[in-house]
Amino acid sequence: MTDTKELVKTLADKYGRTRESLIPILQGVVQEERYISSEAMSEIARELDMSAAKVYGTATFYSFLDTQPRGKYVIRVCRTISCSMKGKNLIIQEIEDLLKIKVGETTSNRKFTLLETNCLGWCHKGPAMLINDEAYTELTPEKVREIISEYIKK
Amino acid sequence: MSNNFLRRVDLIFDKDCDFKQVLQSAYQKSNDEIINELLESGLKGRGGAGFPTALKWKFTAEQPDPEKYVVCNADEGEPGTFKDREILFQVPMKVFGGMAICAKAIGAKEGYIYLRGEYRFLLKELESQLEVFHALLDEMKIPFRIKIIMGSGAYICGEESALFESMEGDRGEPRNKPPYPTVSGFRKKPTVINNVETLVYSFMIFRYGARKFKELGTADSRGSKVFSVSGDTPKPGIYELELGMTVEQFVEEFGDGDTKAVQVGGASGFCVPRKKFKDTIIGFEGVPTGGSMMLFNSSRSMFNVLHNYLEFFEEESCGQCTPCRVGCQQLKLGIEAVKKGEKHANYLEQLQKLAQTMKITAKCGLGQSVANSFFSIVENFKEEMIY
Ligand code: SF4
Ligand code: FES
Repeated sequence: MTDTKELVKTLADKYGRTRESLIPILQGVVQEERYISSEAMSEIARELDMSAAKVYGTATFYSFLDTQPRGKYVIRVCRTISCSMKGKNLIIQEIEDLLKIKVGETTSNRKFTLLETNCLGWCHKGPAMLINDEAYTELTPEKVREIISEYIKK
Repeated sequence: MSNNFLRRVDLIFDKDCDFKQVLQSAYQKSNDEIINELLESGLKGRGGAGFPTALKWKFTAEQPDPEKYVVCNADEGEPGTFKDREILFQVPMKVFGGMAICAKAIGAKEGYIYLRGEYRFLLKELESQLEVFHALLDEMKIPFRIKIIMGSGAYICGEESALFESMEGDRGEPRNKPPYPTVSGFRKKPTVINNVETLVYSFMIFRYGARKFKELGTADSRGSKVFSVSGDTPKPGIYELELGMTVEQFVEEFGDGDTKAVQVGGASGFCVPRKKFKDTIIGFEGVPTGGSMMLFNSSRSMFNVLHNYLEFFEEESCGQCTPCRVGCQQLKLGIEAVKKGEKHANYLEQLQKLAQTMKITAKCGLGQSVANSFFSIVENFKEEMIY
C-alpha cells in the first residue's frame, strides 16, 4: 500500500465513511501531505464509495483544501481592505524578496508557498498573515524578516 | 468614554459570571417561558439580518420532528469583522451556554459550532473548554453535546444554508429558500442557527433578565452590540456599545479627525459619507450592521476601496447563479474601464442597473448585497470613480 492509500484509510477509520466525513478527511490529507493529489481523491472516492467527481467538486471549492502541491509552510497574506490600507503590498514584496518566489509559487525546496487570501479576521491589527494555522499581525517588513527566518531554521 | 451618547457596556465580556447558576435557572423554566423571556428582550440576530431570535427558536420548537439541532455560526468572514473571534477567545463558555439554553427550548440533543478555517488556532483551547462544559452538563444531567466542525476557507459558508451543505460534506452552495432552517436545516432537520454573538446575548439575557437588556438601545434596535472597528482610526479594536448612536457620534469617538466615510456592515454593508454622518443611525432604523465599522480618511481613494470589495466578492461568489458569478466580475471590469477612460462616465449608470439586477435576481445574500456597497460608494463618490 502506498502512503496515501494508508493515510486515507486511517482518516476514514477515524472520521467515518459517510458523506459528512468527506471534508474532515480532505482536511486531514492536506495536513499530512500539504495538498490533495488526484491519487488521494480517487482513494477517498473508493473508501467512501462516492464518485471521484464529487470528491473533486468539494475539494476544489474551498481555498484551504489545496489541490496543488504546496510547501511545508503555506503563507497566506491578507489582501482585503484594512490590511491593504495598512501596507500588505510591502509585506508581500518583502516575502517575495526573501524567498525568491512570487505570489502563488512554492520554493524549489518545497518549504514555503506564498498566497494571498481574503480577510483573516485581524483587520484591527493589519497587515496580517497566516503561516499554516498560526496568525501573525501588525506586520512590518522587519517583523516579517524575523518571522520567516525563524521558519527557515525549522 | 468621553462621548456621552456612546454608552460603553460590558454585558458579555465580564468574566465574573456564575455560569452554572445561569444555566440552572434557565433550565428550571419551561420551554415557553424561555422563548417568552427572549421575545420580551427584543433580541435580534447579531449577524446583520436582524431576525428576532426568539421567533427562530419558537418556529423550530414547534416542528413535530423530534430530531433537531442547534448550530453556532462561527464563520464570520465579512471584511472588517473580527468580533466573534474575540468572543470565542474570551468567553467561550457563554457561547456554549447560549447553545444549551436554545437546545432546551427547542428540544435538541446535539449542537455544532462551525468554526471558520482561518480560526483553527482557536480549536485546541475551545475543545478543552468544551470538555469542562460537557462535564458540567453531565453533572446537571443535561443530555446535550456540542461538536466543533472546521471550515475550509470559504466566505459563503457563513450563509446558513451553505454552511449546512458544508457540514454535510458538500460544496458550500446556498440552498433555495424556503424551506428555512427552522423547518429544514442541518441534515434537513429543524435547526436553529445563530451566530456567536447572538448566542452570547441569549445567554446574558438569562443572566440579567430581558428587562435589563431591553433598557438598552432603541425601539427598533434593542440592547448592545459588539463592534469591530478598523481602518483609519487611532483606536482599532473591539467595543461593546449601546445601539442607537449616529455615525457622527461614532466618528467623534473613533475617527482620526479627518474621516470622510464609514463603511458600516463590511463589504456587503453601506458606505456613509461625511455629509450623512449626522442623520444616520447605526441600527435597524438606519444602517444595520453585523458590527463591522471601517473608517476611511481623506487620503483614501474610494475607487480602491470599492475595487477591493469587488475583488473580494468576485472571488468568494459560490458561482452557482449567473447574476452573481458574472455580475461581480463585470462590475469590477466595469469600474476599471471607467477609471481608465475606456468607457464614458455614463457607463456607471449601466453598472448600477446591473447591481440592481443582482439585488433582485441573485439567489442569496452575497449576490444581493453587492449592490449595497456599490451604490453607496458610486453615488457618494462619483468623481473618485471617474478621475
Ligand atoms: S448569489 Fe452568489 S454566492 Fe449566492 S448562490 Fe448565487 S452565486 Fe452563490
Ligand atoms: S482585512 Fe486583513 S484581516 Fe481583515
